[in-house]
Amino acid sequence: MTDIALTKKDFTSDQEVRWCPGCGDYSILSSMQSFLPELGIERENIVFISGIGCSSRFPYYLNTFGMHSIHGRAPAIASGLAISRPDLTVFVITGDGDALSIGGNHLIHALRRNVELKILLFNNRIYGLTKGQYSPASEQGKITKSTPYGSLDTPFNPVSLALGAEASFVARTIDSDRKHLTEVLRQAAAHKGSALIEIYQNCPIFNDGAFDQVKDNETKEGSLLMMVHGQPIKSATTGVIREGASLKLVDLNTVDESALVVHDAHDPDPSYAFSLSRLSGSSLEHTPIGVFRDVVRPSYGAMVHEQLDAVIAKDGPGNIEKLLNSGDTWVVE
Amino acid sequence: MSLMSKPIVAVKSVVIRFAGDSGDGMQLTGDRFTMDTASLGNDLSTLPNFPAEIRAPQGTLLGVSSFQLHFADHHVRTAGDAPDVLVAMNPAALKANIKDIPRGATIIVDKDEFTSRNLTKVGYETNPLEDGSLDSYKLHAVALTSMTVSALSELPLSRKEAERSKNMFALGLLSWMYHRPTEATEAFLKAKFSKKPDILEANLIAYRTGWNYGETTEDFANSYEIASAHMAPGTYKNIGGNTALAYGLVAAAHQANLPLFLGSYPITPASEILHELSKHKKFGVTTFQAEDEIAAVGSALGASYGGALGVTTTSGPGLALKGETIGLAVMLELPLIIVNVQRGGPSTGLPTKTEQADLLQAMFGRNGESPTAVIAASTPSDCFDMAMEAVRIATTYRVPVILLSDGYIANGSEPWKIPDVKDFPDLSVEFAKTQENFMPYERNPETLARPWAIPGTKGIEHRIGGIEKQDKTGAINYEPANHDFMVRTRQAKVDGIEVPDIVVDDPTGDAQVLFLGWGSTYGPIASAVETLRNNGEKIAQAHIKYIAPFPKNLAAILEKYPKVITPEMNLGQLAMLLRSKYMKDIVGYNMVRGLPFTTAELVEAAMGVLHND
Repeated sequence: MTDIALTKKDFTSDQEVRWCPGCGDYSILSSMQSFLPELGIERENIVFISGIGCSSRFPYYLNTFGMHSIHGRAPAIASGLAISRPDLTVFVITGDGDALSIGGNHLIHALRRNVELKILLFNNRIYGLTKGQYSPASEQGKITKSTPYGSLDTPFNPVSLALGAEASFVARTIDSDRKHLTEVLRQAAAHKGSALIEIYQNCPIFNDGAFDQVKDNETKEGSLLMMVHGQPIKSATTGVIREGASLKLVDLNTVDESALVVHDAHDPDPSYAFSLSRLSGSSLEHTPIGVFRDVVRPSYGAMVHEQLDAVIAKDGPGNIEKLLNSGDTWVVE
Repeated sequence: MSLMSKPIVAVKSVVIRFAGDSGDGMQLTGDRFTMDTASLGNDLSTLPNFPAEIRAPQGTLLGVSSFQLHFADHHVRTAGDAPDVLVAMNPAALKANIKDIPRGATIIVDKDEFTSRNLTKVGYETNPLEDGSLDSYKLHAVALTSMTVSALSELPLSRKEAERSKNMFALGLLSWMYHRPTEATEAFLKAKFSKKPDILEANLIAYRTGWNYGETTEDFANSYEIASAHMAPGTYKNIGGNTALAYGLVAAAHQANLPLFLGSYPITPASEILHELSKHKKFGVTTFQAEDEIAAVGSALGASYGGALGVTTTSGPGLALKGETIGLAVMLELPLIIVNVQRGGPSTGLPTKTEQADLLQAMFGRNGESPTAVIAASTPSDCFDMAMEAVRIATTYRVPVILLSDGYIANGSEPWKIPDVKDFPDLSVEFAKTQENFMPYERNPETLARPWAIPGTKGIEHRIGGIEKQDKTGAINYEPANHDFMVRTRQAKVDGIEVPDIVVDDPTGDAQVLFLGWGSTYGPIASAVETLRNNGEKIAQAHIKYIAPFPKNLAAILEKYPKVITPEMNLGQLAMLLRSKYMKDIVGYNMVRGLPFTTAELVEAAMGVLHND
């Protein structure tokens, strides 16, 4: 804990922020800068590592340690840091292109291992920095600079992908909902192991309005299925019920609230969270928001150090002279 | 086994090649013979040669695995050009190796395996043991399999299980022929099979039966003795390049007082370094088997950023994948060690064979002006020293260092005089301390190194990245003059790395031709130079271990010798660098066969240069 409480200002670097006016990244940055003092961790013990893309400029604007690395590789670089330095709090800042396309392999393996990383995936469903090509999260049929006749690819659902990769913490939130975003960050920070947070983020230049369904006052309350641990999952109009092994959407007028699924983020069975993730498609008409899954699993770095300590406890610390003289040796007089 | 009734012939050196199916245990047999030979004080050098396939179809030419050992009463430089003895466990092993065996050499075969089915499988129309085609060799057709099986008839083993001990029979026979001590191999077997008493018994009986067979059969008229070589006093062990390299990294991390972090993805022929380092957790070594080559180097770089000694190990295709991250390390100016155990390329190439064709990739295989230090080990035991050098350079100058080894020295072995830990250099490092107005790219005026500023240090929080940065402050900067300055500064830093002068061996001092090599060609070149001098030729030898930067005295050396001949297992990559930097013509001798040079071919190449005009 810090001796003197830090403030948002302490976490704001001297760099001029260079995102486009109206970019969703501004509100995420502001929420993060306001949230960090709450962690009670000294600035020097926090590291932000990013890849390439608009969102990956994030570390420059935080007065902590930071590395703006190369495309897709942030989870790999951050893994090396987090494993060798368990005393640090390491955030990864990435986007839908960086994390799901060029860096997909590193993302799933970091989650599988449960490396102590908090991964913030800014999903704007478009390539912004390269000026408007479709991304692996873009809806099928999207007209972009590289797909004038419409994209053919089936998109990834980042939450489903993370759950399939054995992630122990997976959440979704929205750039403009500061309160919700902060609450998700709070829960992710409290989680031991890796956390993936998908943040719906508006790109006003190349994909403006992509998330209007869950942001506009007229539609959001009917679209956002709020997931709060211990509470029934529902939006203003729709609830979630069990049907056999899977989950189903239901008009709230047709069922009693007691029939709704009560959210259990700690359910050890990942298929529950996976079913939740499948309730929404590209259309966002019914979008679960909040923490899908938060289960306890040993973190990778902790296991690495336990193994090192156990060997040293058993065999004692290594002796170079003994190592070099081990095995078959002979003496020449 | 004191009943040495047969005559003993003294010889000065012997080259033995054990060859068999990849499942016959030839590498193990060779290893054991090597260990027993080393303990007798002979100098030696080994060359394993195995297929890329784990178990190619049995009895086929593709599946032949071999192990060559050269041992002598004098200094040995290579595993030998041509075997004096071939042990062939089946017709495929005979057929695959006979072209390398000079007339008059000894051939020992397992005659039980020369069945018509096995002969047909490899295209022998008649049995070479009977058709006279081996008349000019000293052929010993031994019933290895059946004698092994009958010796083990009392044990509760199937025939197939019993047959598996035939390599120990062969080892026993060869150990008798060359008077190798048996205690160490027996102890080795007891340790290896401590939980399988029947298998242990089978191996011990087969081993002893092989020995006794040599002693009693009339097929072998005499045995051989090789006096121990003159070696400097000290404690020795036989060591292969990959093991030596792993030891060097552990020792260097210890000298630097840094935790060693290895990020690696398995690849032939580098995986053994990962295996070796994964054993050494008590030295605080973390080994991270990453999801791919890129994550391997990425995690190592992340660990370096955090103040660990970040290392990644790979072979050529892996180096290609790591290129972008090495470029980031150039930009971040952090210590990073990349070990490339070269193999035949391009692409998958010849995974289990040796080559030196990644030199230019190591030098230039990244986008932009992206200088790294490049150094190369010359012998198996030199891998230890060069690993330590890699750590010295990386931590002193905060640069990525590419350490080149290759399949020949990685898998080959030689006696190594174990160094005294008291002689190791102090490699301790200094991290940036808490300070006002910290400048992440303010340089040490002598080394041009920037501070190693690790997270967790109060007051020096800063951001770094792959984008060009301003001198001193490290802030993002796109100004033309700044970029030009930073490009030149990164190059100047590498150019200014202090490396030892190159040493020329020129006993008469007036040689006109210099044999100049790099990497694993050291042994074959030294052996050729020895032969040439014994024949009365004047020739100088020098070996380059530091390629980026080259030693400062290299220019003067190149100027001194009118003719320079450079053998490389590539199409002339070092020669290209030397020509462009020093405007010196280099006579290349280039062969890219996946095999080390023979002494004979280098002698011939040198004779051409020595007497061409």
